[in-house]
Amino acid sequence: MWTLIVRFLHQMASPQYFYRIAGRLVPWFMVPCALLMLAGLYGGLILAPPDYQQGESYRIIFIHVPSAWMSLFVYVVMAAAGVIGLVWRIKLAEVVAISSAPIGASFTFLALVTGSLWGKPMWGAWWVWDARLTSELILLFLYLGVISLYSAIEDKRVAARAVAILALVGVVNIPIIHYSVEWWNTLHQGATIAKFDKPSMHTSMLIPLLLMALAFKLFYAGVVLMRARCEVLERERNSRWVQSLVEPQTR
Amino acid sequence: MANSNAQNEPRFSARRLECIRDDRRLFSDLSFSLEPGQALVLEGQNGSGKTSLLRIICGIRLPEDGELLWEGESIFKLGPEFHQHIAYLGHKDGNKLDLTPFENLNMARGLGKASEAVDIEAALERVGLYGFEDIPTRNLSAGQQRRLAIARLLVTEANFWILDEPFTSLDRQGIETVEGLFDTHLANGGMAALTTHHRIDLARAEVHRINLSA
Amino acid sequence: MSTLSLSSAFGLLLRRDLTLAYRRRAELVNPLLFFVLVTSLFPLGIGSDSRLIQAVGPGVIWVAALLAALLSLDSMFRSDFEDGSLEQFMLSAHPVSILVLAKVLAHWLVTGLPLILVAPLLAVLLSLPGEALGVLLITLTLGTPILSLIGGVGVALTVGLRRGGVILSLLVLPLYVPVLIFASNAVETAAAGIPTTGQISFLAALLALSLTLAPLATAASLRISLS
Repeated sequence: MWTLIVRFLHQMASPQYFYRIAGRLVPWFMVPCALLMLAGLYGGLILAPPDYQQGESYRIIFIHVPSAWMSLFVYVVMAAAGVIGLVWRIKLAEVVAISSAPIGASFTFLALVTGSLWGKPMWGAWWVWDARLTSELILLFLYLGVISLYSAIEDKRVAARAVAILALVGVVNIPIIHYSVEWWNTLHQGATIAKFDKPSMHTSMLIPLLLMALAFKLFYAGVVLMRARCEVLERERNSRWVQSLVEPQTR
Repeated sequence: MANSNAQNEPRFSARRLECIRDDRRLFSDLSFSLEPGQALVLEGQNGSGKTSLLRIICGIRLPEDGELLWEGESIFKLGPEFHQHIAYLGHKDGNKLDLTPFENLNMARGLGKASEAVDIEAALERVGLYGFEDIPTRNLSAGQQRRLAIARLLVTEANFWILDEPFTSLDRQGIETVEGLFDTHLANGGMAALTTHHRIDLARAEVHRINLSA
Repeated sequence: MSTLSLSSAFGLLLRRDLTLAYRRRAELVNPLLFFVLVTSLFPLGIGSDSRLIQAVGPGVIWVAALLAALLSLDSMFRSDFEDGSLEQFMLSAHPVSILVLAKVLAHWLVTGLPLILVAPLLAVLLSLPGEALGVLLITLTLGTPILSLIGGVGVALTVGLRRGGVILSLLVLPLYVPVLIFASNAVETAAAGIPTTGQISFLAALLALSLTLAPLATAASLRISLS
């Protein structure tokens, strides 16, 4: 019985089936994403009032905070997909895992850049060793490690398994690293308090923030499907169904 | 392993093995089984997957699809228990050049299930390395180092030998010696799976051949 | 005769690795020299103001220790990979994680322990106050095994790669950050005369966690690298 279910799931996860279904699903994610982003940005940039402490420059949090949340979320998804691919040897899980890595790295980079842009008007410096920014920086290195290791191993099935272990080790270490950096930051405050205080959250600020967070999740879902389709095409490039996509059958 | 099916199951069997390397399907739906006293000889051109199949048989390499069973149980579930029964000789000898033959074989004994019948000196004698126990392996010739690797097969209780080009670097005397060892091993109920360019002559054994280029 | 007990197999592999290290003992000194050299570079780069050197001393020693550990990691599995003995470990009748633990212990004895022994010299070079020396040695004793254990996972993932050394740093250094933070801070705090039980406990906890989890991850990584 169990083997039947597993075989069924294996069939559902067949690359060809996934390629078709994912192609149809992408717009269902990207269009709502665009709408939510418009709504969130309108709410955050136009409707929400300026912060009494930070003025207009706080508005970058509508990009910065969702990016930081996504950078962590995507890593966890990547690790989970990696483990599923490793334990049950499901190719689709492997594909989702490696497709997520560049997206997560981009979110991390975005969080770092927006964090830096936020810091400049406040502290006059392009970079401060704030706890969150430092954690994001280390997270970026963890992502880059996954991406480098995958590209360095030629056999992509072996590469997917190696990267799954790496992501799993990373996921276990992220709380430890985060805690250590938080602790380190509280010690080395120095004369100026270089901490990104989130402005006290008024509803008019909270709602756009949540809209942006949801929009980013939809963005991730859509883009990971697009990347996964590309990855599937590359992995299956010698199979018949891919060949027939490239060279349409003559009638 | 107490297994009520053990009597009916072949000692070692492979079912529907599939192997993909560098995007090429080397073989698929490959099945065979081995019983004590039988030898499996893999033939095929270079690159046809002989080494990959041997590595799949001993469990180092995962097949794309298919099962590998020892007395009916998956070798991956058995793990170290399966490993007790096998000895693998790959392309590389597996000898530490900075250790002496004695130390190398001692380590091999410790890693597996040490043989009661054959001790280290006896093993070295059987491969023609008697007197070389304490010479650094680095100072042995390539053929002697290969013979040391063969000796490793003798010092444990492993009865399933998995060998990749065992006759590499051996001279005529060495080849005869090793063929004799195989004959004895198979006659005593051992099993073997091997690839070789050399035309192996196993006198009494039941030899199955699989040609991967077909 | 049956298989050796687990502890005997562990001891056999440990002795084998120590023997091998001893027979190539000229190479053992490299990470150690690196440790001393890197530490000595900092005053040259920062200036000879002894207060400044004292302020950065603990951090410098620990960063140098990290780099020396990183440099020495490659030797953990490379030789065995190249001559084919690593494959034999994977086919052993004993659990691979125990064999890994033996190799990591041997590696630490050969590369980590010397760092601890030479630390007092570095303490003198960087004008570390006497109270801090004891804590420095404790942090190194707890920390260097963690570096070997975590490093083992990274080496296992990259052992088959041609230019694995470059990727190894990228994989392993982020994981070393917590050790660096707590160890260097412990030494700084001790230099100020403040108790450091918190930091030391954290390091001990990290060591316990690494001892249990790292060998399993390393064994899994080796299996993947060799397939």
